[in-house]
Amino acid sequence: MELYNGERPSVFRLLGKYMRKGLYSILTQGPIPTHIAFILDGNRRFAKKHKLPEGGGHKAGFLALLNVLTYCYELGVKYATIYAFSIDNFRRKPHEVQYVMDLMLEKIEGMIMEESIINAYDICVRFVGNLKLLSEPVKTAADKIMRATANNSKFVLLLAVCYTSTDEIVHAVEESSKDKLKSNEICNDGNGDCVIKIEEMEPYSEIKLVELERNTYINPYPDVLIRTSGETRLSNYLLWQTTNCILYSPHALWPEIGLRHVVWSVINFQRHYSYLEKHKEYLK
Amino acid sequence: MDLKPGAGGQRVNRLVDPISYHFLQFLWRTLHLLVSLWYLQVSMVQMIEGFLISSGLVKRYGALDIDKVRYLAIVVDSEEAYQISKVIQLLKWVEDMGVKHLCLYDSKGVLKTNKKTIMESLNNAMPFEEAVEKDVLLDQKQMTVEFASSSDGKEAITRAANVLFMKYLKYAKTGVGKEEPCFTEDQMDEALKAIGYKGPEPDLLLIYGPVRCHLGFSPWRLRYTEMVHMGPLRYMNLGSLKKAIHRFTTVQQNYGT
Repeated sequence: MELYNGERPSVFRLLGKYMRKGLYSILTQGPIPTHIAFILDGNRRFAKKHKLPEGGGHKAGFLALLNVLTYCYELGVKYATIYAFSIDNFRRKPHEVQYVMDLMLEKIEGMIMEESIINAYDICVRFVGNLKLLSEPVKTAADKIMRATANNSKFVLLLAVCYTSTDEIVHAVEESSKDKLKSNEICNDGNGDCVIKIEEMEPYSEIKLVELERNTYINPYPDVLIRTSGETRLSNYLLWQTTNCILYSPHALWPEIGLRHVVWSVINFQRHYSYLEKHKEYLK
Repeated sequence: MDLKPGAGGQRVNRLVDPISYHFLQFLWRTLHLLVSLWYLQVSMVQMIEGFLISSGLVKRYGALDIDKVRYLAIVVDSEEAYQISKVIQLLKWVEDMGVKHLCLYDSKGVLKTNKKTIMESLNNAMPFEEAVEKDVLLDQKQMTVEFASSSDGKEAITRAANVLFMKYLKYAKTGVGKEEPCFTEDQMDEALKAIGYKGPEPDLLLIYGPVRCHLGFSPWRLRYTEMVHMGPLRYMNLGSLKKAIHRFTTVQQNYGT
């Protein structure tokens, strides 16, 4: 799979592709993660390390992202979630936030232009998070690409933007509450206004855990979470979904991530597959 | 570790091409054998390093700035948590190092069941709930110990969700404002405290088990927690514990900014 590239593949590229195929045919003798999540940490440090101009780290990070998604697609991973932008990131310098938003808009518009290729590869693109916080142009572009790829199912790319886990949990509580209200049908006083009588409070059944789980942004839950730059925390990302998820923190900065990191995470997933499946069963 | 072949292995249909199938299976198992040998070598190096640190031969880990660890959490695999003597030894090390607040977690609640035995074995520790009740959390004389399991994670958040929903219903009953349910993170914090979940977010979470995975520790309390995998409980040693805490004290967080 070569995204955004209409050029004829070189010999080295073809050789790399066939070597990867050989490696995948060995790896797929064991279970492959259904869902891998990524925290793209280290773009700014990469730019500093290589003395790149402003935004150079993010551009290099985007190329690394395309490569990693290619490896996941080729390996048969069905879902990939990328932590593209956190609600906490809005506290960065305004010009930096604007740069990331502009880059996001540019890449989404690029995806819209390459819609036919994305559909040919049967890739579904979904933006998840508190999308109301996005600027209008980015939101419009995100909606457009989501609608255009909604029917695709071979590979689902989830882009977490304006996302934090705690915001997601509160959102799940809100949605579950709204579902409860709808299912109990609040009384209607004829003007479209709704007033709940005190005696009608009692029949409301409690919100259940399974309802909260259904209303989280990100489903199914990841099997592996890779955070680059050697950082060992989740930074308010997928806290709800990582109960049975292997956390892998390679020291490479995000633009330095490669096939070896993806392969290593899959190998470790296979090593501990039985243990994690047993733990999942216990928690059901 | 128990290797299981996956469905992908069936792509090379063993009826159509048995030689390829068996050859690939052989390569796959050989790959995993090599990885296991690599991990064995890493464990041995870590054990030797741990021994050297425990003996005081590595000066770097001599003095620890333990005040940076305001709240430590330890996650133990539930099967390994039955080794209560090991758990007690670990807690004694933590207590001797000067940690003031500790949360012990295993998903099945094995440690909770043995709470009395564990607390009696510690010299100078107090249950977290008692410290909260007596309002002595800031008292540095005793180590407070909180026991948690999976029921204190997502299930607690579900109970807090119902507290918020009931509050919303009471508010809606008054007829003032017709808004849909809209909650904030601060309200969720308050709801959790109201139903008895007052434990703060740990600075550092040490995982004793086969996998680096938090096994269901409360999602609400893990936002910026550093998570370190210490390996199986049976191989625990004081040196590795000191190294993990020392490493934590050198971490700089920017909290997303």
